[in-house]
Amino acid sequence: MTTRLISLVALICLWQIVAHFANPRLLPGPMAVLTTMTSEAASGALFAALGVTLTRVAAAFLLAMAAGSAIGYAMGRNALFDRAADPWIIVLLNLPALVIIVLAYIWVGLNEAAAISAVALNKLPVTVVTIREGVRALDTRLDEMARVFGFSPVKRLAHVVAPQLAPYFAAATRAGLSLVWKIVLVVELMGRPNGVGFEINTAFQLFDVPLLLAYALPFTAIMLVIETLAVQPFERHVSRWRPRAA
Amino acid sequence: MRLEARVAEKSFRTAAGQSVPVIANLSFALEEGETGALIGPSGCGKSTLMRILAGLDRNFDGSVHIPTHGKVGMVFQEPRLLPWRSVEDNVRLAAPHASDAEVATLFAALGLSEHRAHFPGELSIGLARRAALARAFAVRPTLLLLDEPFVSLDAPLARQLQGDLARLVESRRMIVVLVTHDVDEAIALADRIFVLSARPTHVVGEIRVKNQRAAMNDEERKSIAARIDALRGAA
Repeated sequence: MTTRLISLVALICLWQIVAHFANPRLLPGPMAVLTTMTSEAASGALFAALGVTLTRVAAAFLLAMAAGSAIGYAMGRNALFDRAADPWIIVLLNLPALVIIVLAYIWVGLNEAAAISAVALNKLPVTVVTIREGVRALDTRLDEMARVFGFSPVKRLAHVVAPQLAPYFAAATRAGLSLVWKIVLVVELMGRPNGVGFEINTAFQLFDVPLLLAYALPFTAIMLVIETLAVQPFERHVSRWRPRAA
Repeated sequence: MRLEARVAEKSFRTAAGQSVPVIANLSFALEEGETGALIGPSGCGKSTLMRILAGLDRNFDGSVHIPTHGKVGMVFQEPRLLPWRSVEDNVRLAAPHASDAEVATLFAALGLSEHRAHFPGELSIGLARRAALARAFAVRPTLLLLDEPFVSLDAPLARQLQGDLARLVESRRMIVVLVTHDVDEAIALADRIFVLSARPTHVVGEIRVKNQRAAMNDEERKSIAARIDALRGAA
């Protein structure tokens, strides 16, 4: 925890030093950004934008995790379904985010449903591949044990399968949240009238770097908090049974 | 109540598509309260036979009649405990109907009382095998399958666990199938010993030990071991 804090402070110091030698219009220092952030926060605009963006991130993330886990599980368990669905996943994995977003806006319209499903569709194949990997690594010997002792399907899922998939789920969550947040900004920039992405577009048109950073950095802070307070404790909890290396 | 296993043929398909017979015309039977030991060369298909008896493999020609009422308890070659659950949780997940008293008695009989809250990763291999035994007994099995339950333990520890196992089996009416490569273990625990051939495996001969064991002396034990060796040599 302290190491993480020191490392974070070092990053901010480095920023300060580089900013000292740079053109302040191109790279403002941490204090200048903080001042802009405070005034945007005071007007309420920052929180409004963050709220809207966070809601989109949460919706797209949950959608992609739920659908991706289900599909990944089915592909890992069923060889025929795996062979049938694999080309689709590869196409989706390699379709540029931008193409999916533009197509979603053209086909569905410039609305919330198009925005969120475009983001979810970008995240979906990554979740599928990660969870499928986890299902393939499931210990068949424990599965046999559960069958001999007559575990019900629900019991098997909860006590035999889920604990083995937990690390893969944590990996998908971590990679997924950052990916979703990045794509949500693009979606907002291209076709939404609000949110952090929209504000960044405004800052871009004004060449206002402090404003740009004032909107971009709070979200990284939020991600850092989610990672520290949710993802890592979850990982520690699900791996508490592992004997610690001395 | 009787176990009757008849496996006419069980084959595996190789990657090249060839069919390799593992079991051919194998049959044996055990009565209620009897322990049968299956003894045979390594790789002869004993574990395959155990998977068939456990109902894990139904892809074979033949039939297995097991006591229909009641459950199957099994101890695998590896303990196969859920690493993320304590010893007690492992037992209770498999045997949700076991009472507190029953679980406590089993733990006491197997020397696990002080380890009930430990995770399997914290146990020695001997303790992990005891936990696997506790789980199998906790389901009150009518058929207990033991697939080399004491393999890779040093001899004194294996003898100690064999003793604990014999006491637990004695007080229960069930059918036990024990796979082993240890002749002494078979003589110490089994009422009937079935000597198996190499692949494709079948029963070469059956030796009854029942009712002799209590008063068995070294001489008799040696003569049984010699008969087993003779059957194995002939196989």
